[in-house]
Amino acid sequence: MQHKLTLGLASGVLAALLTVSSSVLAQKSATDDIAKYREMIADGNPSELYEAAGEDLWKKPAGPKNATLEKCDLGLGPGVVKGAAAQLPRYFKDTNKVQDLESRLMTCMQVLQGRDPQEMIDAPFQKGPKKDMEAIVAYVVTLSKGDKIKVSTNHPKEKEMYELGKRAFFFQGGPMDFSCASCHAEDGKRIRLQDLPNITTQKGAALGWGYWPAYRVSSGQFWTMQQRLNDCFRQQRFPFPIYGSDLTIALSMYMAKNANGGTVETPGLKR
Amino acid sequence: MKNIKFLLAFSSLALTMFAMQGSAIAQQANDPKFNKMMKDGFRADGIAGLDRIDQDATQKFCSDPVFASSKQGEKMREKIQKINMDGIKQPSDGKYIGDWKKGEAIAQSGRGATWTDKADTPVGGGCYNCHQIDPKEISYGNIGPSLTGYGKLRGYSQEVVTYTWNRINNSKAYNACSNMPRFAHFKLLNEQQIQDVMALLLDPASPVNQ
Repeated sequence: MQHKLTLGLASGVLAALLTVSSSVLAQKSATDDIAKYREMIADGNPSELYEAAGEDLWKKPAGPKNATLEKCDLGLGPGVVKGAAAQLPRYFKDTNKVQDLESRLMTCMQVLQGRDPQEMIDAPFQKGPKKDMEAIVAYVVTLSKGDKIKVSTNHPKEKEMYELGKRAFFFQGGPMDFSCASCHAEDGKRIRLQDLPNITTQKGAALGWGYWPAYRVSSGQFWTMQQRLNDCFRQQRFPFPIYGSDLTIALSMYMAKNANGGTVETPGLKR
Repeated sequence: MKNIKFLLAFSSLALTMFAMQGSAIAQQANDPKFNKMMKDGFRADGIAGLDRIDQDATQKFCSDPVFASSKQGEKMREKIQKINMDGIKQPSDGKYIGDWKKGEAIAQSGRGATWTDKADTPVGGGCYNCHQIDPKEISYGNIGPSLTGYGKLRGYSQEVVTYTWNRINNSKAYNACSNMPRFAHFKLLNEQQIQDVMALLLDPASPVNQ
């Protein structure tokens, strides 16, 4: 709508000036509108619906073992959910692996409930078992809201994962030569009117990592970090990243560690 | 131009010397662990096959930005640019300028080439994702420079036309690690589409040049 406003402008210096100033105005107002919208629904982020469903799923016996997830260890001890997401990904001794929230939840579902992780990996986003996962993620991350992001690279496997993630971040491929860094390694950049956080900096990483998972207004869906990464790779024109793969965990480790000290704002609210 | 040829002629020799000399900053080492992670990290989906993570020399070089932008990486940068320059074809019908209106539509579309697209989904130029072009379009990105007034500012000489043609066909011919896709190299746009995008920038009647 807004760009029609400038259609009738005549040529000349004045017109050029007007066009520049009106586009600046329009860009500002697009960002302002989103900020206003966020404010309006800040007390009613639709993520709450997912969160409530997730809490039920956490406490409801399920799977072949008919057990709940209440004893799931997300890194702070069995059953401790509060603050756990703020410190993920991390190394887990029992699996001898660095895990992000979703891969860790798959471990809990497998060990406690006897569910097959492959079913979760293969399921499309927003459907079947993934739908449950999304709700549980919403529940878990809400219980870290307001905490400081505090991810460790003290364990050698954590350090290694960070370095692998950094390398993956800069890895170019596909028919457009894109890497994560093509869009997320400079300050003040935009795709169309969408601001792009510079994930190589603490501030930018906190803006990215700190606000996902989020409710996405444009799709009317709650997106986990795995789905956010998945759609980045789609737009990068890469092949399909496998759910919970080390690649996705390494990238999360790179983002999360860079974001250390920032605030967990999840579940965020996004365009 | 002579200068460029001179540099290019020397680049292979210099590259050999560089390789023998070694350096504190080298292109990052081949890491089997990383390779395995990438290989195990993806599956093919629709038109997005696993061949998309097989890097060519340009992609490999540019995946190590510290080395790629270093003094030590200079000779390799020149070599990468030469490889890309050598692959550029001038228009088969000798025509550089097509229809700016069609060019505008191509510049607007950022579609195509993802795993949710079909093989016959037309690929857009995605130009507005990164560039300001027609000043009436306010939804533009800023990863690339503004192209508003492109022809008006630079003139319409054959030199400008050829440079622009080359740059759209394969931007890496001028800047080894330019963020801009290689539209002709990867057949994202065909010759006629590139002629149309050229017109958007270089037809004096295009809104870009008003």
